[in-house]
Amino acid sequence: MSASTLRRRAFPANWSARATAFGLMLYAIYAFGQLDITWARLSVGFGEAGRFLARMWPPNFSRAELLIEGMLESLQIAVISSALGILLALPLGLMAARNLAPLPLAVATRGFVAFCRSLHYVIVAILFVKAIGFGALAGVAALTIASMGFVAKLFAEAIEEISMKQVEAIRATGAGFGAVLVYGVLPQVASRFIGFSLYQLDSNLRNSTLVGIVGAGGIGGTLFAAFKRFDYDFVVAILLSIIALIFIAELISGRIRALLR
Amino acid sequence: MNALMREWQRFTPMERFTRWAVYFALVVTLVWAVRNVEIIPEFLIDAPEQMVDLLVRMWPPDLGHYHPAVHHALVETLHIASLGTLFAFIFAVPLALLAARNICPYPGVNAFAQLLLVTSRSVNSLVWALIFVAIFGPGAAAGTFAIAFRSIGFVGKLLAEALEEIAPGPLEALEATGAPKGHVLLKGAWPQIAAAFWGVALFRWDINIRESAVLGLVGAGGIGVVLDDAINFFQWDRVATILLTILVVVVVAEIIVTRLRAKLI
Amino acid sequence: MQAGAMQGLIIKGLVKEYVPGKPVLRGINLAIAPQGITAVIGPSGTGKSTLLRCINRLVEPTAGEILLNGQDLVPLRGRGLRMARRRIGMVFQEYNLVERLTVMENVLSGRLGYVSLWQAWMRRYPDADIARAFSLLDAVGLPEQATRRADALSGGQRQRVGIARALMQQPELLLADEPTSSLDPRTAVEIMELMTGLSTSAGVPLVVNIHNVDLARRFAQRIIGMAGGEIVFDGPPEALQSEHLRQIYGGEDWL
Repeated sequence: MSASTLRRRAFPANWSARATAFGLMLYAIYAFGQLDITWARLSVGFGEAGRFLARMWPPNFSRAELLIEGMLESLQIAVISSALGILLALPLGLMAARNLAPLPLAVATRGFVAFCRSLHYVIVAILFVKAIGFGALAGVAALTIASMGFVAKLFAEAIEEISMKQVEAIRATGAGFGAVLVYGVLPQVASRFIGFSLYQLDSNLRNSTLVGIVGAGGIGGTLFAAFKRFDYDFVVAILLSIIALIFIAELISGRIRALLR
Repeated sequence: MNALMREWQRFTPMERFTRWAVYFALVVTLVWAVRNVEIIPEFLIDAPEQMVDLLVRMWPPDLGHYHPAVHHALVETLHIASLGTLFAFIFAVPLALLAARNICPYPGVNAFAQLLLVTSRSVNSLVWALIFVAIFGPGAAAGTFAIAFRSIGFVGKLLAEALEEIAPGPLEALEATGAPKGHVLLKGAWPQIAAAFWGVALFRWDINIRESAVLGLVGAGGIGVVLDDAINFFQWDRVATILLTILVVVVVAEIIVTRLRAKLI
Repeated sequence: MQAGAMQGLIIKGLVKEYVPGKPVLRGINLAIAPQGITAVIGPSGTGKSTLLRCINRLVEPTAGEILLNGQDLVPLRGRGLRMARRRIGMVFQEYNLVERLTVMENVLSGRLGYVSLWQAWMRRYPDADIARAFSLLDAVGLPEQATRRADALSGGQRQRVGIARALMQQPELLLADEPTSSLDPRTAVEIMELMTGLSTSAGVPLVVNIHNVDLARRFAQRIIGMAGGEIVFDGPPEALQSEHLRQIYGGEDWL
């Protein structure tokens, strides 16, 4: 048997894999060209990067009050929008659950909830800024919508996974709708609900630090201003504070989740 | 008598106390936040009316605006997302190999690699965009690097986790044949994580398309730039077109990714 | 070939302590001829597997010498170790195939120590290797399975691939660590027949760890009984009597 026949018997050609690999390579070359990313620009960039890093160190915490004020506002935005979002997600989730709500209502609510999630929260924040003005109100509104979308979807999915037998059992005792909810539905989904509510709080904490970049309040505004003024050492101070805040929040929420099990 | 009087209690007193303490703390934080946040009451009351006003101005959307400006920007956004994802893997794969404790059994190196991955993840892509705009100037280059640097942490973490879960037996067998470490990884580890690898790639690409749309708001190229322009000039009907475009692209991308991921299993 | 070729395997004073002060292998002295089937029997935890794995250094010996055809394997590092490992083939209890690769790729992975990374990636193994892989697959009874994925095979079939992979190395020594423990009784016999037949016809000495004393008696020409980290029996299967088994395994009822 010839060598090539032998080889073909041993390794049948995997055309889809070859095509994918080749295609990706070609695409990378094409896209680089389209985006005008040339070595010249990159080498200039690396020089700039060096200068940039030098200006960032050491971090400048001298404007601490400004920093703290911004962080506190971000914290406030995160807490309020989480609370509102979770509150609103409760009825929405119930309405979107196909085993509890009539089908047309469930579908419509699902659509609405998906819509809330579909646009990036920064874009939503910008729209609110333009509609209702600069400041924390826009941030709260934007993140509330995002939270609603996220929590309601997970809540609806959790409800759809419960065992209907327990619900029927409660109904059979003659309990009214409210009691059925409280004793039949909620106990089965409570711990998961708390889980993704805490996750959303964490997420909002991250996001609230950014909405300020488009004017929706919080440390993001301070950050953006510092960038514009080339105060890179202050930028680093802000970034470090944000990272520290997120880190602490994750620790705390992890503990809370463990406690509330 | 005691047996009849016993109530069913779900939690021990200690547990109950801690639960109440936690709820209390959360409520207190919420009250503090509401009382101290700077929201001018008049704005709050005005808000619904203003929002409706904005929505009215957005209708009908100026669909003619799509060509050529928005289309061009959209294509640029897709390039930023795709190139950025590709780029991220170039750094993420070595970092994942260094961070995986079964592949690289040196705790110091693992910790260092994990540190880099965590740093990459903790900085939002919008902030990376600001940084790279400062370095490379405004444009798609900044956007691509921003997406790439943000994705390294995400991809690296998931790949490292996948690597730590592979079966060690086949690797042991390949080592026993006298194969060098590189060969062992190529033929022993890679086949085991290949499916997870592509899954992560698709997952992140999907997320990156959403994020790339926003980067233009700080000047890093893509559809965010035309969006920013339209908003700043109060051309709400154009804004509507752009938002619709973003929505459609995001939905289509999600459908494609879901289909492809199903084929991977 | 270097001087000392074909002296077989000589183990002198092999000691292994996983925990300092508690040796699992207490000074093993053993000489395996360059031909023939040797079975190692003994209770779990007595160091049978450790002994085998010390030979190809999957486990690091604490002390001692291991000479394969004249070369001491213990002090080898890096490239030298890899070169030495190429000369030793191993069959594993859990087969240890790369499940998502094809049978052919698994067999050829026995030659990974001989090709460059590029060749391995592009699957550019030498033609002679591919031809030999096909004939090995015939020899182990899997003639048309080359392109099937390894995870589509049964346990017995996977072990056949494992044997083919080990033989692909053209080794000077074949080690088998409980190769039949995951197989049903009939397949276990088939695999033992295959392994012993192939290694005999290839002129390669085979050292097998085995739980099943009957299989050991049936297929081996020399039986080594271990207990408590030491060799307590060394002789042909006919010489293995109940009192030896009692000494090795302890207990009366099972005999």
